[in-house]
Amino acid sequence: MVFEYAPAPESRDVVDIRASYGLFIGGEFTDGHGDPFKSINPADETVLAEIATANAADVDRAVKAARTAFDKVWGPMPGRERAKYLYRIARILQERARELAVLESIDNGKPIRESRDVDVPLAAAHFFYHAGWADKLGHAGFGADPRPIGVAGQVIPWNFPLLMLAWKIAPALACGNTVVLKPAETTPLTALLFADICRQADLPPGVVNIVTGAGDTGRLLVEHEGVGKVAFTGSTEVGRLIARSAAGTGKKLTLELGGKAANIVYDDAPLDQAVEGIVNGIFFNQGHVCCAGSRLLVQETIADELLDRLKARMATLRIGDPLDKNTDVGAINSAEQLERIRALAAVGEQEGAERWSPPCELPERGFWFAPTVFTGVSQSHRVVQEEIFGPVLSALTFRTPDEAVAKANNTPYGLSAGIWTEKGSRMLWTAERLRAGVVWANTFNKFDPASPFGGYKESGFGREGGRHGLEAYLDV
Amino acid sequence: MISAAELRAFLHRLPGVDEVGAGERAARLATRSIKTSAKAEAIDLAISMVDLTTLEGADTPGKVRALCAKAARPDPLDAGVPRVAAVCVYPDRVDVAVEALKGTGIGVASVATAFPSGRAPLEAKLVDTRAAVEAGASEIDMVIDRGAFLSGDLLKVYEEIVAVKDACGDAHLKVILETGELVTLDNVRRASWLAMRAGADFIKTSTGKVSPAATLPVTLVMLEAVRDFRAETGRQVGVKPAGGIRTTKDAIKYLVLVNETAGPDWLTPEWFRLGASSLLNDLLMQRRKLTTGVYSGPDYFSQD
Repeated sequence: MVFEYAPAPESRDVVDIRASYGLFIGGEFTDGHGDPFKSINPADETVLAEIATANAADVDRAVKAARTAFDKVWGPMPGRERAKYLYRIARILQERARELAVLESIDNGKPIRESRDVDVPLAAAHFFYHAGWADKLGHAGFGADPRPIGVAGQVIPWNFPLLMLAWKIAPALACGNTVVLKPAETTPLTALLFADICRQADLPPGVVNIVTGAGDTGRLLVEHEGVGKVAFTGSTEVGRLIARSAAGTGKKLTLELGGKAANIVYDDAPLDQAVEGIVNGIFFNQGHVCCAGSRLLVQETIADELLDRLKARMATLRIGDPLDKNTDVGAINSAEQLERIRALAAVGEQEGAERWSPPCELPERGFWFAPTVFTGVSQSHRVVQEEIFGPVLSALTFRTPDEAVAKANNTPYGLSAGIWTEKGSRMLWTAERLRAGVVWANTFNKFDPASPFGGYKESGFGREGGRHGLEAYLDV
Repeated sequence: MISAAELRAFLHRLPGVDEVGAGERAARLATRSIKTSAKAEAIDLAISMVDLTTLEGADTPGKVRALCAKAARPDPLDAGVPRVAAVCVYPDRVDVAVEALKGTGIGVASVATAFPSGRAPLEAKLVDTRAAVEAGASEIDMVIDRGAFLSGDLLKVYEEIVAVKDACGDAHLKVILETGELVTLDNVRRASWLAMRAGADFIKTSTGKVSPAATLPVTLVMLEAVRDFRAETGRQVGVKPAGGIRTTKDAIKYLVLVNETAGPDWLTPEWFRLGASSLLNDLLMQRRKLTTGVYSGPDYFSQD
């Protein structure tokens, strides 16, 4: 029997999107003085809201508001008092979880299953975790009484808008800093809803400021002389520009950039779970994940069998309406990103790789790209070397563990990697040799606020999360 | 015939199962949202897959007749409700069930082989089986010797299944793995393959007498096994989770698991069964809610 799942859309009624949004500075929504821009729903290309752009004067205003709050309120406040605000924010995130999840899916295009089960719960978890640190910083290993830096300028990407906001704001506030955060121009809405949550939590004005805009606003923020700490998550290309501008200024800098993670499958792997891990590694969030397992390295002896299983599994992925609770793969975040994915996939074909996607109907409106796997590729193919940031997997083979490690490390990136084997010694042997900030064994894309996350090489520097992540926001 | 060494080598070469990963996959599929028309279809499908079961020491002919009446006409007020797949009883109640179900097309399944423990000499198990078949059982639910399996005597388990299969004649053989006693998912996968290679027509999770009985991760692994077995041998084997499935919500989770693991070929009563007793009333209640728009209380459905 064919068992068709009826549409099961999550209701949009829980969100109230305003026609236009200003900048959140000093606890108030204020006008921006740059040219406003529009945020659209990538699943159907409808305009969601008009968003203010912060110009130089606006950014300056935001940094000054953050500085004032740091000097007068947040900096002098004891850690145990700061913790109360963080706990309160965490609880409000949980209380308003459905609203946040729906809004995130509408603005970003990610399936509601992921925003509901991953993004929002993890965002709340980051605030809970860091609330716990706020009065225990003396025990974090950075001296008896480590001091905050001051104002943190934070620029976040569009792939996990609320979660990246939490990764940035929670440790900054826990350590006693105030922040000016710029969300990505395609996904500003949950950050602006978060501004409302800050007010609901009675967070003192100026502790969190949110300025919206495109790359120029981000540049103005990170180059502002009142900013003592710059944190950026995004492309390696922009990361380089930021590193250049911060050089010699004395600003503290952490960068979390691109990746081209290897997912290594040995021939003794638990195959069905490895297939799930590969699918989760590359098709989670449409592959818009910096630590996505975009290079499958499979031992030659099981390559055919594994790829057959993978393709069968890919054929069961449900692609479509992000708000449908049964959707596995949602919309590509923007026309620009879709164009980039298409261009790189086309290069893959030109270079002679074999391209395969399951038969699937894509919606007519909006930005969509079918889950894709390239076989017959080698290390020299561009689809193997370059970060595609989309649902595109390249499958390579290896014969020995040495070769697996050599191929896995043969990339300018080094953010994450996966190992699949039932043999513990081989798992550890491999993990020791992989040059990647995070190595998952028999799983993939697992995140926890207690676990530090960050990269080697061109994937950036500094760690976010865990005890290690506190260092970035302390004057040590 | 296969040798002990060959059998062991074969079963231990099967890919391992990562418990955490299998649990996550089952949990994720359990979040599928099955509503409106899909829910109505799923409820009818689930009803048609139920093996309505009574396995109590206190079972009387009257109790079995009551169950059979329910099986043939689950909801006397609604002729649109499908009948269940089979009625499952102890061997000495098979004759009553066969008589009561005559002409309905509903199968009579009998547990056998010293159910539920399986701790009896092979001869006794075969007598048990033959008695049930002679009384008219169309399906035999046997238990494997878990003691032999856990001690590594895989060949003994295999040979018993072969012998019982032979004693079944034309009756379909369901092999109960009693996964609650096998404990690990690696064992579940090996026992599944062992049973299929020995000739099982169905593999079944549990007797219902041991906790935990059927679980989603265990059923996931068994569905993967039948899928892979058919890919390798061309022969299709059915799956039956039994025990602990009490609500419509649970039943639908199993159907989703079948749909997205083994595939639609298994979504018929011929290849997938739900061993249950109290489940049927919940399915009927949910069905009436969907057709009439209002809930009727449990008192409106017969307790058998």
